[in-house]
Amino acid sequence: MFRLIIQYWSSVISLPSSVFGPRSLNITKTIEDWLVSVMPEGAASIVAMVLVALIYLGIFAVAGLYLVLLERKVAAWFQLRIGPNRVGPLGLLQTMADALKLVSKELTGTVKADKFLYNLAPYFVIISSLMALAVFPFTQEFQAFDINIGILFLIAISSIGVIGILLGGWSSNNKFALIGAMRSGVQTISYELSIGLSLLTMVLITGSLQLSEIVEVQKSGWLIVQGHIPAIIAFMIYMIAGTAETNRAPFDMVEAESELGAGFHTEYSGMKFAYFFLAEFINMFIIAAIATTVFFGAWLSPFGITESIPWLGVFWFLTKTLVLVFLMMWFRWTFPRLRIDQLLTLEWKYLLPINLVNIVIMALIVWLNMTIQF
Amino acid sequence: MSYFSDIYKGIKTLLNGMSVTGKYFLTSRKGAITQQYPDNRDTLKMFERFRGEVVMPHDENNEHQCTGCQKCEIACPNGSIEIIWDRGIDETTGKKKKKIDKHIYHLGLCTMCGLCIEACPTDAIVWAQNYENAVYDRTQLTKVLNEPGSKVKAGIED
Ligand code: SF4
Ligand code: SF4
Repeated sequence: MFRLIIQYWSSVISLPSSVFGPRSLNITKTIEDWLVSVMPEGAASIVAMVLVALIYLGIFAVAGLYLVLLERKVAAWFQLRIGPNRVGPLGLLQTMADALKLVSKELTGTVKADKFLYNLAPYFVIISSLMALAVFPFTQEFQAFDINIGILFLIAISSIGVIGILLGGWSSNNKFALIGAMRSGVQTISYELSIGLSLLTMVLITGSLQLSEIVEVQKSGWLIVQGHIPAIIAFMIYMIAGTAETNRAPFDMVEAESELGAGFHTEYSGMKFAYFFLAEFINMFIIAAIATTVFFGAWLSPFGITESIPWLGVFWFLTKTLVLVFLMMWFRWTFPRLRIDQLLTLEWKYLLPINLVNIVIMALIVWLNMTIQF
Repeated sequence: MSYFSDIYKGIKTLLNGMSVTGKYFLTSRKGAITQQYPDNRDTLKMFERFRGEVVMPHDENNEHQCTGCQKCEIACPNGSIEIIWDRGIDETTGKKKKKIDKHIYHLGLCTMCGLCIEACPTDAIVWAQNYENAVYDRTQLTKVLNEPGSKVKAGIED
């Protein structure tokens, strides 16, 4: 993993034209071409990278805020309420105001906390979420980083977040935070298995870990259609495990108002708390985006109806992702939360064995050429 | 084989739950139960069972139904009710009779448990539907429920 990244970066530095891989981002290419005309090539590629990073950061910070708003609205509708409707038209500026409030709040901490780790933890969590966003193919051209181990990269990056949570819980020097962090660790590490195995099931069809290639394969039918029964089982397992990965209800063992306070982020305040909060929502988007890419053909339109207008891919990608995000919200506002032992039973006794059998079935189907292709 | 039937039952009940909330989701924008409170202050109607504060209704002759039995005072778990009573002459019979001087109610101490209202044998006290009880001075939360010059309604004790 690390060797690959180092190889990648060294190739970037020596060959600036290949910054974004063979199918590079058109927009950044034009920016880069322009930059090359005003400064040396090496500097131009670095500036281009910084620009892309800033654009992504800007887009997803705002997108995260609007996901929070969406969650609150959807929750309200599920509970026959109205939801935020005061700040701005239809309450659209509510989360912006909340963010402003959080920025202006005092950053408190505990005296005996391990200051360095304590301050590092929120950045760990949010940066690992933001890094994962780089590899998603929003359209054929709109992909910042088309790495050939895309799926592996996503699984690896998404498991870094839990280190941030454990660090936060440990360094707070507070037993509630510590127990909350441990429960999160148990949960995330268990469900990581299901996520990995269910994605692996789909990789059997595509034969590639590169996200752009996975999309390419789906031009002859989305993978959920190609893989039919095992793909649907894999999708269900993925959604369950994905919900657990993001620590959302019904798997929100991490916090417990009555016995743990706010769990691992009990001691965090203001913006540091907001990072954890935002990361949860960006993670939800990431889980849905992975499902969109791997099961529902990423930016491909249904039946290729908008094949001729490639930039509509963003629309299709976001539509599919938001439908899945909505599904996760639907879970959250319907199901009662699980106890910790029920949670582990679900993973180790049900999801994992089903998953293993499912992989074998998928392998057989691929081997016997029983996939459905158009 | 209960393993597989468990999975089947689990999925079935989960989908069942989702269909219920899904229906709510689709109809919520018409039937939202939230009140847009400060906006609809003029039209807002509280529900019958809402517990605002304990009041003592008086009729047009300034008569209430409280006999001063003190059952509410005893029933109250945190002493929000104090009854100051005296003996007076009953007009019809000419005998001495217990009657209330002041029925004092401390809204600031009340937990709205309703035990006093349950305990009252003559239904002299009831729940009011008002909901804006905030004041700047807590002495305003101590209320005398019987109005000045009021007396007990005839025939209540019999
Ligand atoms: S409602 Fe309960 S707390 Fe309040 S006065 Fe009556 S008995 Fe006391
Ligand atoms: S309010 Fe009812 S319970 Fe209380 S003293 Fe009067 S009659 Fe008795």
